[in-house]
Amino acid sequence: MTSYDIVIVGGGPAGLAAAISARKAGVEKILILERDRELGGILNQCIHNGFGLHTFKEELTGPEYAQRFIDQVLDEKIEYKLHTMVMDISADRVVTAMSREDGMYQIQAGAVILAMGCRERPRGALNIPGYRPAGIFSAGTAQRLVNMEGYMPGREVVILGSGDIGLIMARRMTLEGAKVKVVAELMPYSGGLKRNIVQCLDDFGIPLKLSHTVVDIEGKEHLTAVTIAEVDKNMKPIPGTEERYTCDTLLLSCGLIPENELSRNAGVEMNPVTSGPVVNESLETNIPGVFACGNVLHVHDLVDYVSEEATRAGANAAKFVKNGKTESGKVVELTATDGARYTVPSTINIDRMDDLLTVRFRVGAVYKDSYVSVYFDDERVMHNKKRIMAPGEMEQVILQKTKLQEAAPSKITIKIEPEE
Amino acid sequence: MLYDVIIIGAGVSGSAIARELSRYEANVCVLEKCEDVCEGTSKANSAIVHAGFDAAAGSLMAKLNVRGNEMMDDLCRDLDIPFKRNGSMVVCIHKEALPGLQDLYDRGIKNGVKGMKILSREEALEMEPNLSDNVEGALYAPTGGIICPFKLCIAMAENANENGVDFRFNTKVEDIKKHEDGLWHIRTNNGEYVSRYVVNAAGVHSGVIHNMVSQDDDKIEIIPRRGDYCLLDKEVGGHVSHTIFPQPTNLGKGVLVSPTVHGNLIVGPTAIDIEDKEGTNTTAEGINDLIAKANDHVKNLPMRKVITSFAGLRAHEARHEFIIGEVKGAEHFIDVAAIESPGLTSSPAIGEMVGNMLKDMMKLTAKSEWKSTRKDIMNPADLSLEERNELIKKQPAYGNIICRCESISEGEILDAIHRPLGARSLDGVKRRTRAGMGRCQAGFCSPRTMEILHRELGLSYEEITKSGGTSNIVMERTKHQKGGEQ
Repeated sequence: MTSYDIVIVGGGPAGLAAAISARKAGVEKILILERDRELGGILNQCIHNGFGLHTFKEELTGPEYAQRFIDQVLDEKIEYKLHTMVMDISADRVVTAMSREDGMYQIQAGAVILAMGCRERPRGALNIPGYRPAGIFSAGTAQRLVNMEGYMPGREVVILGSGDIGLIMARRMTLEGAKVKVVAELMPYSGGLKRNIVQCLDDFGIPLKLSHTVVDIEGKEHLTAVTIAEVDKNMKPIPGTEERYTCDTLLLSCGLIPENELSRNAGVEMNPVTSGPVVNESLETNIPGVFACGNVLHVHDLVDYVSEEATRAGANAAKFVKNGKTESGKVVELTATDGARYTVPSTINIDRMDDLLTVRFRVGAVYKDSYVSVYFDDERVMHNKKRIMAPGEMEQVILQKTKLQEAAPSKITIKIEPEE
Repeated sequence: MLYDVIIIGAGVSGSAIARELSRYEANVCVLEKCEDVCEGTSKANSAIVHAGFDAAAGSLMAKLNVRGNEMMDDLCRDLDIPFKRNGSMVVCIHKEALPGLQDLYDRGIKNGVKGMKILSREEALEMEPNLSDNVEGALYAPTGGIICPFKLCIAMAENANENGVDFRFNTKVEDIKKHEDGLWHIRTNNGEYVSRYVVNAAGVHSGVIHNMVSQDDDKIEIIPRRGDYCLLDKEVGGHVSHTIFPQPTNLGKGVLVSPTVHGNLIVGPTAIDIEDKEGTNTTAEGINDLIAKANDHVKNLPMRKVITSFAGLRAHEARHEFIIGEVKGAEHFIDVAAIESPGLTSSPAIGEMVGNMLKDMMKLTAKSEWKSTRKDIMNPADLSLEERNELIKKQPAYGNIICRCESISEGEILDAIHRPLGARSLDGVKRRTRAGMGRCQAGFCSPRTMEILHRELGLSYEEITKSGGTSNIVMERTKHQKGGEQ
């Protein structure tokens, strides 16, 4: 069996940044395994701009953003394999992979970085009634068809769900000459970034109907129409509010699910809220030497944060390869309550943490003029006012090692609190 | 070409009959209005093999159910398709309904069902811990089983085709007349077909076909009885290990909860009589009804794990009995009509019965060489690492995973396309290989499968369909691509 210091599963933005960071920390034998025909992951189909504002202080397209990292991987001569599917990861870090060229083979990894990304929630999981004709796509599948294969699914479009990919595709389909008739969103708020609502819907006069869902799909062979209706507080359609739209394409942008089949099979503990692994301050899972970053860990809004997180995962994996497992140190649990839905990480080992640690989380509803509060046990140590918080935008707080060492709390709680 | 037998419909009944007839020296052709086999009732049902205690004692339905069930082991071995006798349980949740279990048991005995047992509440819960807390008792039938309906239908059709039966797809029967030459002339959208004998295995359309040739006092009406289903993720496929039925009512066997032979969990069907013979749309009421009913008998059903919902139509006729035999006044025209549940289970026996009937009527002689077996598309997951490596060395396409949810490689998809009666659409590939049937429901693999269909069949992207007809996936090139081509 061949062996590598670090095997990275996935060559998208997370995997690339993790690899570069691990190399910069001095790790020699690194291997990236990528199932697609090129590095860069989903960025390759994101041909719109707006990437990299945080990382590079300029606006790049998805492929341009990816290329900056791919160039570094090439400069650093980091090994990678394309068209390669990882079939299994064992708890003792044996990675089984497969490709046309190399067949099926196993690699012993010193550390594994999970960077598989996420996938879209399909129609079936949404229980939308009606027929099951051609013409229904998840927004990302349509994005691939349009941007990478060069084919248009149709000319008259309805979009269900206001996730970012759906919003971006509303604009993209419009620019390609299609008529996007409406975007329906089940929740009373959008799941996407505010800037995407402005730039992709408002600027093109595409209506966004909040608290609406699809209640019927017509067309036995190909889609001919969908009916949307308003929903009540319990998300149940309100009779009499139905509106029928003739269309040949229905795009679904109803949420992303981290792709953790491999993680689960390996025995990685999952967080039911994020559908991603439970990780500590080092982004390490319950399996020593198995790290996670990017959308496989929790779904991000901005690739810049994916790169930043993956850089940390790469550095921590490098530490693990050099020092092995470190047992010492006080472990503090992080809890999200009162409107905060989860935190990444879930635990912090104060001795092992960096001087500053970014804790990311999402809120469960729209909050206006509210506070993000951090408690060390019962003592409130942070109280930051936010004009607006929404489930579609990830939030963060930064914890200082010195303060944690000083207070030595037994638990840390993040809450959303109203103005007092 | 003059055919000896034309079978109308390439569902599980038509395919079973085609396979049986392929044993004999006869020119046989199957006409199918869709682009593939297994497109109607055969593709959307509970995917189970009934033990046979439901049908009325002495009925043809009972006889063919029990016979079909008995034939299934050998048939599935010959056709190399998965079949598992997981056993079924009819669960009673009301004390006063307990005698109903005994009635079913008695009927099962009359029908020839083997190995049944009435279980106490405790015995039932021990075998199936996720049964409702209200369980009072259950009828256990060890011969109940689970099967892949696509594979059964496709395998029988493929095997028939390998043994010389023609299949004509996208061919819809519009009219049937017996001419003075004594032959059946079948008008279709693809020209006229002429045959000595006709078998009507047209599923929900079998009434329409029957009525084309029957006398005025012998018209039948098939009522499409719609059933909504939910299919759940493999993660929860082990929620129950047996097929769990409620006690039957006059609308049928009720909402069952069962593992599938591929490891998912299936919940369904509802039973709603409709008019539209293509009305396979699910409804919110149907799905809600389904969930409520299933929860009566099985607790903690993880309905958040639904990966798809669908509806199928049963070919119901008022008498609730299979109609198999020569139509009065229409010599050499054989009905195989009103094949509702347990039609899938009965299909091998229906094939045998109709095959024997025609053999006698037509005095058919057996072929000197008939191939009873076929090999299914390989499942590389069954191979060891070394074996799989060897395979990929010889056929590198097996190293290229296309559907990551079900772990299906390009090798399996190529096999599905190039074997007899091969796949020509995304659904055709899906039903043969399971590519696209997993939890992402083809989000990832459909562009890749399209690329393979494009390359292997010489179809343009615009010509590729989900399942034939007008179900095209993409409409045209993007502006940029059009510009680039000029």
